[in-house]
Amino acid sequence: MGHTIVEKILARAAGRAAVSPGEIIEAKVDLALANDITAPLAIAEFERAGFGRVFDPAKVALVPDHFTPNKDVKSAEQAKVVREFAQRHAIEHYFEVGRGGIEHVLLPEQGLVAPGDVIIGADSHTCTYGALAAFSTGVGSTDFAAAMAWGRVWLRVPESLKFVYHGTLKPWVGGKDVILHTIGLIGVDGALYQAMEFTGEAVSGLSMDGRFTLCNMAIEAGAKCGVVGYDGETEAYLAQRPAGSRARQPYTVFASDPDAEYARTLEIDAAAIEPTVAKPHLPGNAVPASEVAGIEIDQVVIGSCTNGRLEDLHQAAEILAGRKVHPHVRLVILPGSQEVVLQAAADGTMQKLVEAGAAFSTPTCGPCLGGHMGILAAGERCVSTTNRNFVGRMGDVTSEVYLASPYVAAASAVAGHIATPADVLAGQTKGGQR
Amino acid sequence: MSETAPSAGGAPLVYEGTAHTFGRDVDTDVIIPARYLNSSDPAELGAHCMEDIDPDFVRRVQPGDVIVAGENFGCGSSREHAPVAIKAAGVSCVVAASFARIFYRNAINTGLPIVVSREAAAGVRAGDRLRVEPAAGTVVNLTQGTTYAADSFPPFMQELIGHGGLLPYVKARLAQGAQT
Repeated sequence: MGHTIVEKILARAAGRAAVSPGEIIEAKVDLALANDITAPLAIAEFERAGFGRVFDPAKVALVPDHFTPNKDVKSAEQAKVVREFAQRHAIEHYFEVGRGGIEHVLLPEQGLVAPGDVIIGADSHTCTYGALAAFSTGVGSTDFAAAMAWGRVWLRVPESLKFVYHGTLKPWVGGKDVILHTIGLIGVDGALYQAMEFTGEAVSGLSMDGRFTLCNMAIEAGAKCGVVGYDGETEAYLAQRPAGSRARQPYTVFASDPDAEYARTLEIDAAAIEPTVAKPHLPGNAVPASEVAGIEIDQVVIGSCTNGRLEDLHQAAEILAGRKVHPHVRLVILPGSQEVVLQAAADGTMQKLVEAGAAFSTPTCGPCLGGHMGILAAGERCVSTTNRNFVGRMGDVTSEVYLASPYVAAASAVAGHIATPADVLAGQTKGGQR
Repeated sequence: MSETAPSAGGAPLVYEGTAHTFGRDVDTDVIIPARYLNSSDPAELGAHCMEDIDPDFVRRVQPGDVIVAGENFGCGSSREHAPVAIKAAGVSCVVAASFARIFYRNAINTGLPIVVSREAAAGVRAGDRLRVEPAAGTVVNLTQGTTYAADSFPPFMQELIGHGGLLPYVKARLAQGAQT
C-alpha cells in the first residue's frame, strides 16, 4: 500500500520507514515559530520548567507581528519579553518591527521553509507552508515551548483528504475563492484532525502566492495541515529565496503514491467556482459573491497572512487603479512583509492604491484579529481578505465581516457595497441595501 | 508507562458542577477575545471568558461548573489563553461532542480536563447538575438521572496527563537522554 506526501514527510521526521494514520509519533522539528501573543506564554512555561537552552537557535523563529508596532503599553511589554528572550538565547530568526512582517508571509519569503520539512508554529495559520510541499501545523504555546527545548513534537499521523480540482479557474477567481468554496462544501470541521491535500489542474495553475492562500485556510476546515505537491512553480520560487537560506540548501521532495489511501477523495469542478464570499460568522458560510452583491459596507481590509502577498496587492490595484474608494468606505491595506512593501512601492502598486484612497499600513496582523489599525464599531460591516469572520473578530460584537478575495474586496471598496470585479469593470454596481 | 486513568496533574478525577451549555463551533475568539490578549495573566483572562457570546457567563459560573458544547469546540486561533481563561473562570471540565485539534492539545498540555461525549452534548440542558468521571468514561446527569458514555483518552494522552502535562513529560524524556 502506498503513502501520502504527509505520511512520508512524517515518517522521515520520526526516523521510521513508514507511518500510518492514527499512529502517534515524535517528529523532529525543522522550524518552530511563535509570535508576540503566543511566545510570551511559551517563554514563561519554558523558563518555569527550567529548560535552560533552546535546542537549536537557528531553528526557532520569533515574529512580533500581531499587535505591532505596539498598540499599547501591555502589548509593548509582551513584545519586550519576546525581544529579550531572543537576545538571551541568540535566536537567529527574530524579526524586529521594520525588518520583518506577518509571520506566514515572511518566513517562506525569507527562505526558512523547504519541501519535506516539519514546521510547527504557535499560530493556527502555520498550515500555510504546506504550499511548499512541507508538513506544517499550528500548535499552542506549551507545544512551542516543548519544541524549543526538545526539538521534537508529538503528532497523531492524520488521515488525508484528497481534493482534485478539475478545469481552469474563471477570470477573477483565485486561491481564496477555491478555499472558501471548499470550506463551504465540507464545513468548518469537515477536515477535523485530517490533512487536506490539494491537487488537480486548477491547483497546478495557481502561483505560489495563490497556493499559500489555499493552504493558509486549511485550519478553517479544522484540518491539521494543507499541502500542495512540488512542481516547477515550487522549484522556481525556492530558487529565488535568499542565498544561504534553508530553501537554498538541499531538501527532499516527497510525493503521494498513486495507491496512497485517503479517507475521502473529493472531485471538484474548479471551472464552476465563482468569486466567493463567506458571510458572517463562519468561514464555511460560503456563497457566490453575486448572491450578496449590494450589501452596504463601511470598511474593506486587503492583506494579512492570507492575502498580503504581492500578487494580492497587484490584484487589488488592477481594480483600484484609476478609480476611487467609495466615499462611505475606509480601505486599509495590510502588506505581508517589508519585502512586499518595497516591491509594491517599486512597481507602482502602492501609488495606485494610495491614489485610490487606501490607507497603506505597515505589515501587521492588526484588525484581522481585532487588534488595532482598523477596528469596527457597533453594527459596522467589513469585506476582508483575512481568514476569520467570527463574532466580534474585528471589533464590536455586533460588527460583521465578509471574507473575500482581493479582487472582490477591491471591487467592493469602489462600489461601497459587496460587488464583483465584473460588476465594477462594467460600471454596473447595484444600489446599496442595509 | 502506567495505564492509569487521567489524573490531570493531580487534580480530582471527578468533576461535579452545574452545566453551562453552548452550541457547535464555539471559537477561541469568543472564548477569549483578542482584545484581551495583550495580557497572559490568568485572572484577567478568566474575567472575560465567553463575554462575546454570553456576557453574563463569568458572573453566573461557580467554581467546579462544567461547560457542555456541541461539535468543534475551540476552533480557530491557537491561543492557549482560551483553556487558561476557561480554567481561571472556575470551570472544572469541558464536555463536547468534539474538540478542534489545537484546543484539544492545549487543554491536555495545560491541564484543563476535557471529555468527548456526543451523548452528553445532545442530552444535557443548561443548569443540569453533572458528575463527570473521565476515568470511568461517563458523564452522570444528576438532574435528569441519566448517564452518558464518554470517549476514553488514547494511551499516549493518558501518559501525558499522568506526567502532569507536556512539559514535565518532555523534561523526563530529556533526562532520559532521549534527544539525539
